[in-house]
Amino acid sequence: MSDLILNGIKVEDTFAEAFDVAGTAIIVTNDTPKWAMIAATVMTGFATSVIGCGAEAGIDAELSPEETPDGRPGVRILLFGFEPNGLKDQLLKRVGQCILTCPGTACFAGVDGPHKIKLGGAIRYFGDGFAVAKRLPDPQGKMRRYWRIPVMDGEFLCEDSTRAVDGAVGGGNLLFLGRKHADTLIVAEIAVEAAKAVPGAILPFPGGIVRSGSKVGGRTKGMMASTNDAYCPTLKGRAGSALPPECGVVLEIVIDALTSQGVAESMRAALHAATEIGAKYGLVAVTAGNYGGNLGRHHYHLRDLLEKPAA
Amino acid sequence: MSTLRLRGDLPERVDLLNITPLALSGLSEAEAGRLAIGTSRRGLTLGDAFDISLDGSDSLVIEGGSSRLDRVGAALSQGSIRVEGDVGQRLGEGMAAGTLTVTGSAGPYAGTGATGGTITVEGDAGDHAGGAVYAAKAGLDGATLVIKGAAGDGLGDRMRRGIILAGSAGTYAGSRMIAGTIVVSGALGDHPGYGMRRGTLIAGSHGALLPTFVETGTPDLVFVRLLAQSLKRLGAAQAGLLGGTLRRYSGDLATLGKGELFVTA
Repeated sequence: MSDLILNGIKVEDTFAEAFDVAGTAIIVTNDTPKWAMIAATVMTGFATSVIGCGAEAGIDAELSPEETPDGRPGVRILLFGFEPNGLKDQLLKRVGQCILTCPGTACFAGVDGPHKIKLGGAIRYFGDGFAVAKRLPDPQGKMRRYWRIPVMDGEFLCEDSTRAVDGAVGGGNLLFLGRKHADTLIVAEIAVEAAKAVPGAILPFPGGIVRSGSKVGGRTKGMMASTNDAYCPTLKGRAGSALPPECGVVLEIVIDALTSQGVAESMRAALHAATEIGAKYGLVAVTAGNYGGNLGRHHYHLRDLLEKPAA
Repeated sequence: MSTLRLRGDLPERVDLLNITPLALSGLSEAEAGRLAIGTSRRGLTLGDAFDISLDGSDSLVIEGGSSRLDRVGAALSQGSIRVEGDVGQRLGEGMAAGTLTVTGSAGPYAGTGATGGTITVEGDAGDHAGGAVYAAKAGLDGATLVIKGAAGDGLGDRMRRGIILAGSAGTYAGSRMIAGTIVVSGALGDHPGYGMRRGTLIAGSHGALLPTFVETGTPDLVFVRLLAQSLKRLGAAQAGLLGGTLRRYSGDLATLGKGELFVTA
């Protein structure tokens, strides 16, 4: 397999393999950006991998008061699950435990799509019969329904439902092969910032970065996934290692987005941002993770991402 | 734009239930002229009372108003009707969608049972605007009713959903409300919200308050902000009212008690 070069950094001619997922979005607002962010951070906690956490979630964007339904600062959160029912359970649990509970917070639908997911319509039962529904037109004149649930700081206002989209994709990824841990972390951080800037895309792992890339199955019976030994630097030199001798650390970024194009653009932005500063920080190569192309419907070939992202 | 021009004083009350842009779109002017609009044995037709000019479009203008024009736009489900002048009772009764505008004043029961669309009265509205007619389960039922002048007594009586905006209102505004929102930029008369179950009444001031309303302070609620955003398009005066501090009363506790009255503090 011939290798590609971008900004002087080797890019393996391979592809990232990603999967169809169910995706939704909500907007959380508060009196201050700080408290909107606290609510969003808590809600998107423990949401790195859908296998272990039930959902993958992240903060898509901070919103100015002009961009939110109630004219307060807000945050748009994306949530992804295997299928719509599982997504619904996770959304209700997370809004119920993290948004309802947070002082001053209100919650709105964050995306339009074909599938309705109950939000306030389910959480209203916390109001013990004291909750009331209000139907109001949004600035476009479309009627929207909200629930007002009495709570100890006033009211929790929550839109009746949000929507789930078709075509969401989870698992777009890039692997950065570096020399030193601190330097490679900087490269990955810069890639994360570029990837996050694409609207409708999130990176669910800690700081957007995962160090424990996995392969399907394992030597221990019953393990669904185990360490990606081919990319572990302490296992270099063995048969099956994919790492060149100069590589001392591998960090991966994983991208979920509401559209397949969002994953591609996010990967493209990350690839370019990382390779641009890669030489300075000892980046050896960039590659991507796949399972031979047999598991996921979406293949993002790095060869197709070499063209610069649109400004 | 199709036009109906009133020829002169009407000899009796007329019922314009069946006079909508949709109903007229498939008719020639001669056919339209034969539509019955009378309410007596006289057999008054549209052609007897109006000069008719039709172009098949979904907008209709009625030039020359009269307080004898009843149920204007009552069956409106699309398009627009504009009346240049006054109308009688039950303006837009049961209307489902579209735009209905009256440049003059409306009689009683404007917008009763209307489930969608926007009704604008640029003058005043009579009693029971957005209120239920006798034996009806609900008054306004989802439509938006904007009264730029004053509304009479019983504004939004037994209304079920939707929004009413008015400059001022008489006594018993929001009485027996099932749900919905009424925002009055000026004053409400005595006993607002009498027997209201749910719903929101907002006003600059009010007359005598029922003893079954209790004050709940001056909370800063997200709902009020959201309503202000919604009203920007519909009524600047009412939206402005929401920007200030509002005192909230909860009621009517003689019934379900999930309603509320906000008044400028």
